[in-house]
Amino acid sequence: MSETPILQLRGISKSFGSVQALADVDFEVRDGEVMALVGDNGAGKSTLIKCVAGIHSPDSGEILFEGKPVHISSPKDAGRLGIEVVYQDLALCDNLDVVQNMYLGREERDWLWRLKEPLMEQRTAETLRSLSVTTIRSIRQPVASLSGGQRQSVAVAKAVQWNSKVVILDEPTAALGVAQTRQVLELVKRLADQGLAVVLISHNLHDVFEVATRITVLRLGRDVGVYEREKTTQQEVVQAITAGIPTKVAGIPTTAPELAS
Amino acid sequence: MGPTRTLQLARRLITAPTVGPFIALVLTMVFFSLKTDRFFQAQNFSLVLQQVMIVGVLAIGQTLVILTAGIDLSVGTVMALGQVIMTKLAVANGVPVVPALLLGVLTCVGFGVLHGGLVTGVRLPPFIITLGTLNIAFALTHIISNDLTFTGLPKLELFWGRTFSISGTDFTYGVVLMLVLYALAWYGLNQTAWGRHVYATGDNREAARLTGINTNRVLLSVYTLAGLTYGIAAWLLIGRTQVGDPNAGQTTENLDSITAVVLGGTSLFGGRGTVIGTLIGALIVGVFRNGLTLIGVSVIYQYLVTGILVILAVSVDQFLHRRNG
Ligand SMILES: Nc1ncnc2c1ncn2[C@@H]1O[C@H](COP(=O)(O)OP(=O)(O)O)[C@@H](O)[C@H]1O
Ligand SMILES: [Mg+2]
Repeated sequence: MSETPILQLRGISKSFGSVQALADVDFEVRDGEVMALVGDNGAGKSTLIKCVAGIHSPDSGEILFEGKPVHISSPKDAGRLGIEVVYQDLALCDNLDVVQNMYLGREERDWLWRLKEPLMEQRTAETLRSLSVTTIRSIRQPVASLSGGQRQSVAVAKAVQWNSKVVILDEPTAALGVAQTRQVLELVKRLADQGLAVVLISHNLHDVFEVATRITVLRLGRDVGVYEREKTTQQEVVQAITAGIPTKVAGIPTTAPELAS
Repeated sequence: MGPTRTLQLARRLITAPTVGPFIALVLTMVFFSLKTDRFFQAQNFSLVLQQVMIVGVLAIGQTLVILTAGIDLSVGTVMALGQVIMTKLAVANGVPVVPALLLGVLTCVGFGVLHGGLVTGVRLPPFIITLGTLNIAFALTHIISNDLTFTGLPKLELFWGRTFSISGTDFTYGVVLMLVLYALAWYGLNQTAWGRHVYATGDNREAARLTGINTNRVLLSVYTLAGLTYGIAAWLLIGRTQVGDPNAGQTTENLDSITAVVLGGTSLFGGRGTVIGTLIGALIVGVFRNGLTLIGVSVIYQYLVTGILVILAVSVDQFLHRRNG
């Protein structure tokens, strides 16, 4: 693991009208680790990553990428930095096939604006192979005909094929069965092994404990703390999610085993 | 092309979404051929094409709009307005023909920009917006024309009605233009990134936006291009009727353009469909009208039949949509 976190958020706040979705949140992720982001429904997880992705602009706080402050005001900006997000339920267009989805918004074309289909097809096949996504029969079938696990695999492959450095997955296993969840979690592990920084949002602590290196807990729009997987228990994290833990020094990864009783 | 590629191509042709509409077209033609000798003749086909030309071009714009999960109820009246402006300027106001035509086309484009602006900016439903502009364009058509029909038009305005002959059968240049426009629309939708973004926006606007597509720009381009097709259709209409008639294009064209798109297999839910399907759909509508006239069914029953047709086609669409989730 490198010294400076590749992505670091400091004091992020965001309100929607009278709803304060995020209040003074710190967050970070490093190369080669899976950082889990957990919290109850409405805790602000999706809002936080939308701030990173350029969908929302935070009311206050700063975003550092590779140690330098950056301003991200659109998904394109995030993409240019190497930050890719796989959104909950909104990652793919059902009517398009695998190749079309993989290149959506970044199509390769010639001087007549014509799409370079063979090139995109070939690269899609290569990307899927490099991630060991092997169960898809034809990359020319519409994603509507894929299983939930295959869809998530395609969505993840789409996110990583642009030499991305940070990949953020919002509840990638929420709608999946056991075998398919396993398929996606394996993929998540492989990404971190390849040196990417992975942010995994999940409700399922079992999944989180299986793949995460560290765990950030959000509660009611505030970050409760960062836990190292090796030094914490599910019980402790559950307590942080539901009750919150009063004092924490922001941004410094610590554990508080004494509170886990 | 290797054998697997050929196989893939064959499979894609068989499962292509245009197969259903094509079979429907053939069945319709067989039906009318059996009913009357006058149907299956080159000269009659040429006539069908001429009758289809206007709705066919309007339906290109309608297809673009429906692919984005919108609908345009104003197509016929916007075209009528464009046509009245083109002819009135040339005949009554002494404007040279080229600027007269341009102003007519630009008026239609302007309506398209207005639709696109309201859909993206104010986020109003296209149904309501175009119901409004339907009435606006209708009123403007009658105000501007003063309910007069303009005749003695310059040659250029009548151009698309001129004919050429292939082995004894006359075709209008307008039909050729329609086919060229279909080819262009096919290229744009199937071979370019823009087309792909239209499909993505129509299927799931939010997902498309999150992936980095500027969906507002896509929608604006779609409505603007649709307006352009209505402007071109206005010029074709003059070629077909040889006059500038404020009452032309205001009765059957709206519904016929939607019927053509839906019969052609394009989903009203957006994101699914082809422009070639729309051409086939327009031909089905044209063949129905032509065939019913030939076997002596009165015009009022044609309304009845198109009404039933469009509801049938929409029901099939709804059924397929539910099945696909
Ligand atoms: N676009 C929005 N407009 C208004 N309120 C929002 C919006 N997005 C999220 N919120 C609110 O912000 C809070 C956090 O939501 P979210 O980030 O989606 O939570 P999570 O992903 O952790 O379940 C919720 O109270 C939610 O209702
Ligand atoms: Mg969420």
